[in-house]
Amino acid sequence: MSAKIHPQIPLEPERYELAAAPPYRFDLGRRDFFKFLGAGVLVVSVLKPAIIAQESGGARRRGDSLPKEVDAWLHLGENGKVTVYTGKAEMGQNIRTSLSQGVAEELHVPIDKIEMVMGDTQLTPFDMGTFGSRTTPTMNLQLRKVAASARETLIGLAAAQWQTERQHLIAADGKVTDPQNKRSVEYAALTKGQLLTQTVSEETPLIPAAKWKVAGQSALKVDGRDFVTGTHRYPSDQKLPDMLYGKVLRPPAFGATLVSVDTQKAEQAGASVVHDGNFVGVAAASIEAATTAVAAIHAEWKSEPQPSSKELFDYLRKNTAEGNDPTGDGDRYDVGAVDQALSAADHRLQQTYTVSYIAHVPLEPRAALAKWDGDNLTVWTGTQRPFGVRGQLAEAFRISEDRVRVFMPDTGSGYGGKHTGETAIEAARLARAAKRPVKVVWTREEEFTWAYFRPAGVIDVTSGVRGDGMITAWEFHNYNSGSAGIRTYYEIPNQRIVFHATNSPLRQGSYRALAATANHFARESHMDEIAHTVRMDPLEFRLKNLKDERLRAVFEAAAKQFSWGKSKTAGQGFGMGGGYEKLGNIATFAEVQVDQKSGDVKVVRVVSAFECGAIVNPDGLRNQIEGSNVQGLGGALFEAIEFDNGKILNGRMSEYRVPRFSDLPVLETVLLDRKDIPSVGAGECPMIGLAPAIANAIFDATGVRLRSLPLVPDGLKTS
Amino acid sequence: MDADPQTSLLSVLREQLDLTGSKYGCGEGQCGACTVLIDGKAQRSCITRVGAVSQKEITTIEGLARGEQLHPVQEAFLDAGAMQCGYCTSGMIMSAVALLKRNPRPKESEIVAFMDGNVCRCGTYARIVSAVQKAASIATASPAAKGADR
Repeated sequence: MSAKIHPQIPLEPERYELAAAPPYRFDLGRRDFFKFLGAGVLVVSVLKPAIIAQESGGARRRGDSLPKEVDAWLHLGENGKVTVYTGKAEMGQNIRTSLSQGVAEELHVPIDKIEMVMGDTQLTPFDMGTFGSRTTPTMNLQLRKVAASARETLIGLAAAQWQTERQHLIAADGKVTDPQNKRSVEYAALTKGQLLTQTVSEETPLIPAAKWKVAGQSALKVDGRDFVTGTHRYPSDQKLPDMLYGKVLRPPAFGATLVSVDTQKAEQAGASVVHDGNFVGVAAASIEAATTAVAAIHAEWKSEPQPSSKELFDYLRKNTAEGNDPTGDGDRYDVGAVDQALSAADHRLQQTYTVSYIAHVPLEPRAALAKWDGDNLTVWTGTQRPFGVRGQLAEAFRISEDRVRVFMPDTGSGYGGKHTGETAIEAARLARAAKRPVKVVWTREEEFTWAYFRPAGVIDVTSGVRGDGMITAWEFHNYNSGSAGIRTYYEIPNQRIVFHATNSPLRQGSYRALAATANHFARESHMDEIAHTVRMDPLEFRLKNLKDERLRAVFEAAAKQFSWGKSKTAGQGFGMGGGYEKLGNIATFAEVQVDQKSGDVKVVRVVSAFECGAIVNPDGLRNQIEGSNVQGLGGALFEAIEFDNGKILNGRMSEYRVPRFSDLPVLETVLLDRKDIPSVGAGECPMIGLAPAIANAIFDATGVRLRSLPLVPDGLKTS
Repeated sequence: MDADPQTSLLSVLREQLDLTGSKYGCGEGQCGACTVLIDGKAQRSCITRVGAVSQKEITTIEGLARGEQLHPVQEAFLDAGAMQCGYCTSGMIMSAVALLKRNPRPKESEIVAFMDGNVCRCGTYARIVSAVQKAASIATASPAAKGADR
């Protein structure tokens, strides 16, 4: 099986918008911890054991000193309260819930006794950011180890108190029990008066998934009540006394430079005005006053001619970057002899696939509230990388990171679109000038224009296949969109797979599943095309070329649920797509109905089979898979950013169509729970099979092969 | 209440009255995140001038629960897990309340048609439809719950 292949596939770097993270040193002493947390037991995990061992200069006694680099803490207070600190950020993936489940499971406390402190650079340990479906495989595992260590520490404390052997004791229901002597003690009684720190021991046994009681069960959003009552305060809801509202003057085109500016009228209107290089902004007592003030600024800009979306794909192909491999050898794979294999093949097929730029459209636009106390800056903002934004702020204002605190209240979604700190910097710059707190909330038009986009891309695929349906050669070139999911999981002896970095005409960055959506669209569409070339059933053809057991299992499970092979009626079409990404396995089968007269394409039914190891929260997982399919419909069918000469042409909700209730297909989800395999993330992978499944279903319905995403922005044109 | 009549109702609710449960999503009445009830009807507060509602009864998400007791629609959203990031939830719930007031037992197609102006970018539409159906069955089954449907 291709366990052989999987570990060799590097996780796609978040290539476009992320700078390398600065090395981090956490310098809070043990005494400071307890001053801040109160007495009790503190368990911390060690990020890089090898480095710590080196730096500490040898063995460290228990409780001697805290490691300098930690990535999760758990504090058991004297009152029995469990507080967990993690730098991960919640934006709707419901990790506040799934991480709590992991802790509850190992520590044997009810979920509602656990408080998760997340995404606050002052209170939580450093975290690179919440992306790449890393929370479940890394942080959930780490927190389980932390909680298990806490459990073992408590058992040790009880054993000492009773002067008995620890192996006779059991931790359960927030207590340590000695069944032989029929006695028990609450955790709170054990932590009372303690100032005990404990680092995580890798030897601490974790509860195997097959024996999970809390993890592995569906859990509703832990703080769901705050959301249905409207009391949760998102970043854009934050307020401070004396706060002003900020607004930034936007250039008429990307890359424009300011020639001259007259801010007199804005100042006369009472606004605080900042003109600093290319940055012009105002702060005023209300949103309306700020909007009026910024509109009163007269500015002249100079901009250069820029390409348009009409010529995009030609442009990408012709503008590859020199030395196009910024991340090392992860972007090119050569196996066997592709050219000879292509010459020798019974059938050859060459096709080009394209994907457009699309926008994340997080329903909560970027927002930040900034406040200065002397040289110390505090910012509340919606970001997937609180520590990354802290670094950006420190750099922008030339202050050290320890003077900056970034706090991320659970935010109104991100989908990879909130890795950067634009609003944080804008609000902080305006607040420094106004000497008052300033809040900046981007309008939807600003969000569409000044954020970053999912990269567009051009993908050329050339394949060679034997008459019996065995693929012998595979050449795959991706221009610009990225190398996530670029390698094929089909068994092909001769491969040449290359990612070509390109000078993108638009600012681009991460988007849920990164380029895996584009690469799977090209690959799984092409697989369908070869299957038809050699006159094989698309499922049979895939399975013939696929050894990976986990991938085979999801294709087979989805096919069964879908009743693949059933007969169809006029206008109806069936198709599939699937693959492997971010350590998860997905197969997606779609049914479409095409109205030949109107060209209207309706996705009627989507069946997904997904396997991500041991499932932590089945209902939460279903929710993520359903959501991936619904969001994926937009990029598959109709979402595309149009632009011309440095301007976005459809940067409003009324001009950019996103999936709505009326687009909703019947969604069926099959979960394969592999309790023998470590849990991995699910926020991204389930999306990647949908677009090719729909494209292949449209072909099945009509005989029309569509090779560009979005597939049918204006309906299907068959003539 | 002292406000420029040209100011949007959403801005007055959020910034002056500190009722931040109603959300800004698009500013042009296209996403439904700002939905409130004006005299019982679902309206987009981002494109409603506050001057136009001076004598009208306005219900926001903050006014649905009675003390600790949630409105059946709120309860149904919780039970169905009908949210991810939750940013659309206030508007979804207000639209659903307005729908059920007008049509206590809506068919699925009627829910879809009525709610089509509310966007959930996380894609929880199927769960929201289930939640509305569940709320409808609770509200029509229980006279006590009916009373809570103001």
